[in-house]
Amino acid sequence: MAGAKEIKSKIGSINNTRKITSAMEKVAVSKMRRAQERVAHSRPYAEGMRKVIGNIANGTLEYRHPFLTERPVKNVGYIVISTDRGLCGGLNTNEFKRVMIDLRTWKEQGVNAEFAVIGNKATAFFKRFGGKVVAQQVGSGDTPRLADVIGTVRVMLNEYSEGKIDRLFLVYNNFVNTMKQEPVIEQLLPLPKAEMSARSHSWDYIYEPDPKAILDQLLDRYVESQVYQGVVENAASEQAARMVAMKAATDNAGSLMDDLKLVYNKARQAAITQELSEIVGGAAAV
Amino acid sequence: MAMTVQLDVVSAEEKIFSGLVESIQVTGSEGELGILPGHIPLLTGIKPGMVRIVKQFGEEHLIYVAGGVLEVQPHTITVLADVAVRAEDLDEQAALAAQKSATEAMQHAGADFNYAEAAAQLAEAIAQLRLIQKLRKK
Repeated sequence: MAGAKEIKSKIGSINNTRKITSAMEKVAVSKMRRAQERVAHSRPYAEGMRKVIGNIANGTLEYRHPFLTERPVKNVGYIVISTDRGLCGGLNTNEFKRVMIDLRTWKEQGVNAEFAVIGNKATAFFKRFGGKVVAQQVGSGDTPRLADVIGTVRVMLNEYSEGKIDRLFLVYNNFVNTMKQEPVIEQLLPLPKAEMSARSHSWDYIYEPDPKAILDQLLDRYVESQVYQGVVENAASEQAARMVAMKAATDNAGSLMDDLKLVYNKARQAAITQELSEIVGGAAAV
Repeated sequence: MAMTVQLDVVSAEEKIFSGLVESIQVTGSEGELGILPGHIPLLTGIKPGMVRIVKQFGEEHLIYVAGGVLEVQPHTITVLADVAVRAEDLDEQAALAAQKSATEAMQHAGADFNYAEAAAQLAEAIAQLRLIQKLRKK
């Protein structure tokens, strides 16, 4: 019965792997549900923010904020949000690929880029790729907090204010549904022109203390909330992608085990048949 | 029945309050504000402190906010609350930390006394204390 023992131990090891992957799948399912809730929770703020900023854009404003004005593009900045851990399929790879494609079109126009990275995977990728990384943030874990992104965002806003970058983009995986997550690149700065609804009369807010201070604060918060939204979306995408990847791994382990069991049984039967024929052959000889 | 206005109190991490209110009181960056329905458009910063809400039918409600922005329109009021007390220096420090982390493996900064952080914590603590005292009085 050649190889039977080896096959048996191989089946055992695959079975163990399958137990792990199926456990990881179940963990991802419950984590994904919580991550989705977090996405839903942070949405009202972003919406409220967008509404206020839309009103500002529509109101007749006496002060033009640099975040609202376009300027010729010489340098661009990216905030790339990735996961901290692997085993989530092609989630990060697809995202980085998307950045690279975008980057190539900028390079052709002679535009340089710098990056702020959130998450271990992006950090590792840009270390290998050799981009100019000006800020990084790792280890946000499963419950990202707004405080985690403030530093990174501030670095990029400063770069923008100082004129080191002329556009700022946010890259993350958008959570479409459990089966589908797609990498998106959004322009954060300057603020994309909102669709102007025609207003019959012009009006303006009363500002306290003054428009400059309040707008500075508001626009900073707006960018932060967009980045935070990206982080939670990405976290939900991570769990969904991991869930799908682990389900596929569990299924594969199952079919591999079935195949190996077939081989094992065939070997066992062959051994029995051989033994029988040996006995019969021996009896005939006597 | 008293006039009401739609109020939404939201922070980046969750929705805190949403509903019809008769009036609200907040500490604006320039002083105490009381807002009734039909107020003209106003945009102001908020200091750490509490928001006193009189809900429809007169029920009172207190919410603690750690700063943020108040937007008033005649028919809607939005409080965009911060999740934590924020100060300009603190943001700057967070930025420096992120930069440092990008250039080198983070070394422990040591336990030197941090004035800005302490001041912000103190402001938050005082505001929370005031809220607690107010709640106790009832």
